[in-house]
Amino acid sequence: MAYDKFNILTSTAVPLPIENVDTDQIIPARFLKATERKGFGENLFRDWRYHPDQTPKEHFVLNNPIYSGEILVGGKNFGSGSSREHAAWAIYDYGFRCVISSFFADIFRNNCLNVGVLPVQVSPGFLEKIFEAIEADPKARFEVNLPEQTVTILSTSDKESFEINSYKKDNMINGFDDIDFLLNLKDDIKAFEKEAPL
Amino acid sequence: MVKRIENGPEVLFIDRHLVHEVTSPVAFLGLKKRGIKVLHPERTFATADHNTPTRNQHLPVQDPLSANQLRALEQNAQEHGIPYWGLGHEKNGIVHVIGPENGITVPGATIVCGDSHTSTHGAFGAIAFGIGTSEVEMVLATQCILQPKPRKMRINVNGRLNRGVTPKDVALFIISRLTTSGATGYFVEYAGDVFQDMSMEGRMTVCNLSIEMGARGGMMAPDEKTFNYIKGREFTPKGADWDAAMEYWKTLKSDEDARFDKELTFHGEEIEPMITYGTNPGMGIGISKGIPLASMVEGGASSYRKSLEYMDFHEGDNMLGKKIDFVFLGSCTNGRIEDFRAFAEIVKGRKKADDVTVWLVPGSHKVEMAIKEEGILDILHEAGFELREPGCSACLAMNEDKIPAGKYAVSTSNRNFEGRQGPGARTLLASPLVAAAAAVTGRVTDTRELLALEPV
Repeated sequence: MAYDKFNILTSTAVPLPIENVDTDQIIPARFLKATERKGFGENLFRDWRYHPDQTPKEHFVLNNPIYSGEILVGGKNFGSGSSREHAAWAIYDYGFRCVISSFFADIFRNNCLNVGVLPVQVSPGFLEKIFEAIEADPKARFEVNLPEQTVTILSTSDKESFEINSYKKDNMINGFDDIDFLLNLKDDIKAFEKEAPL
Repeated sequence: MVKRIENGPEVLFIDRHLVHEVTSPVAFLGLKKRGIKVLHPERTFATADHNTPTRNQHLPVQDPLSANQLRALEQNAQEHGIPYWGLGHEKNGIVHVIGPENGITVPGATIVCGDSHTSTHGAFGAIAFGIGTSEVEMVLATQCILQPKPRKMRINVNGRLNRGVTPKDVALFIISRLTTSGATGYFVEYAGDVFQDMSMEGRMTVCNLSIEMGARGGMMAPDEKTFNYIKGREFTPKGADWDAAMEYWKTLKSDEDARFDKELTFHGEEIEPMITYGTNPGMGIGISKGIPLASMVEGGASSYRKSLEYMDFHEGDNMLGKKIDFVFLGSCTNGRIEDFRAFAEIVKGRKKADDVTVWLVPGSHKVEMAIKEEGILDILHEAGFELREPGCSACLAMNEDKIPAGKYAVSTSNRNFEGRQGPGARTLLASPLVAAAAAVTGRVTDTRELLALEPV
């Protein structure tokens, strides 16, 4: 599925300093009944965002108008649990293009890369600095530079680099997807099948 | 492996692709937009499980959104010539239960599904892992997937298990030691006496839970037990093909001098029946222990306290004796015949506690049939329980089987996340034996006490 190209993102950020945020929190299972990819942003963090009577929970960060931006900053082990890509769709659909954490669950990280959300893993110390910068000023801005693979806290000029494999990096910068890539490998795949056991 | 991309992932050929109603519709839509067909419908198998009712499956599905999703899968399967085992079909059931049951799961095969518990199939020595919907579309379109090469971890559990300690306890014990992210980035091989002695059902339970410590997959070397389990099943090779396959399967074990990026060793005797007290599967303890103090646990104290607050538990509380409201036996973790045998062993001659609601959900129609044929259903009825129809049910509560807000459920499933079993629901993960003990006492109970007693 096509997504917007990612190059350099400069934005404020929304802090969620909680560890082990699982995909059931990001999008609860009862909202996975759609047969098309649309409207998932409405239900992002549904049960943390809304009371059972559907009124917003004032204290949850997405309901606090002080915080906004295209970057979501989460605690360690972000995206654990289910393989539901709907979690990454919900994050994208809500308007985030980047999630920063000190550690990501595997499948979630892959899903993000496949739908145009950049997962940026930083050191625990740098994550702490990001949270501190937002606490000091909710309008603090950050630069996520994909070509250079760096994150910068613009208010302090603190900078850290992050890893991404060059194949996925190219895809994100150009808005390519894996399926186009694989469809172009048809002959290789056919040749392999002849050799495959089973 | 078809190809390696320089400084990128590998192109992996997929032997068997399992498909269910929730994570596939957008992938099929993607094929339609690209104007392409499923490349290998004969390597693709579809079932309805996540979103299905566990009562009155012969009637139309009530929830219009669920019904729509089920209809979409049926139409997609039909359009692309994929075998489809929908509601009421004799082979219908939870995707990770029916794969092995029908011989789709075989050693050495690469198996994927848009579901994180695909690691289950590693019990047969298959390379099996969960994928997202974009990847489902890749596999439908090209039978391949792009995967970074994982690191390798071996977990050894030597010695023997004490009475009342089940494969579920072994897995919850390991996860409690590693934490919920301790194996992220790894593929895990399980080795040692305890796994060798384990039944195939038990091995599936252990491999199933690999994802709960973050591992991409878990696997065990195939042995005689594996071969005996799969022999003669519908989709396993027959005759000369079987012999040829056996030649290959027997070679599928780690070399004596294999090196792992990480290796851990535990002893079976140190494991007691386990139960979780928090909101991730790593928050588990031996059932006789107290809830750890925030100062004693790894990780952030505020996240830990938030978790206990959700559960309305306190640091230092004993788990034994805690009052519970619901019991759920089922799921791809513990919805197999052996799990129902274990449950029946405890409830035989006893009665369901009056104030507990109990949902017993077989993993498939074949499991349901075996429950009836083995006389387990009679034991369950005698003790005041009823059996539901197969599906994922209250494990993720996509259907009507939701635990109400604030209520406690002892569940044999795989996740105790906030709201996993229904908004506000509180889950205690445990083995089928501990679930059975809770079902007859209405409390968290040490199964070993019941096993030691003659039923009243």
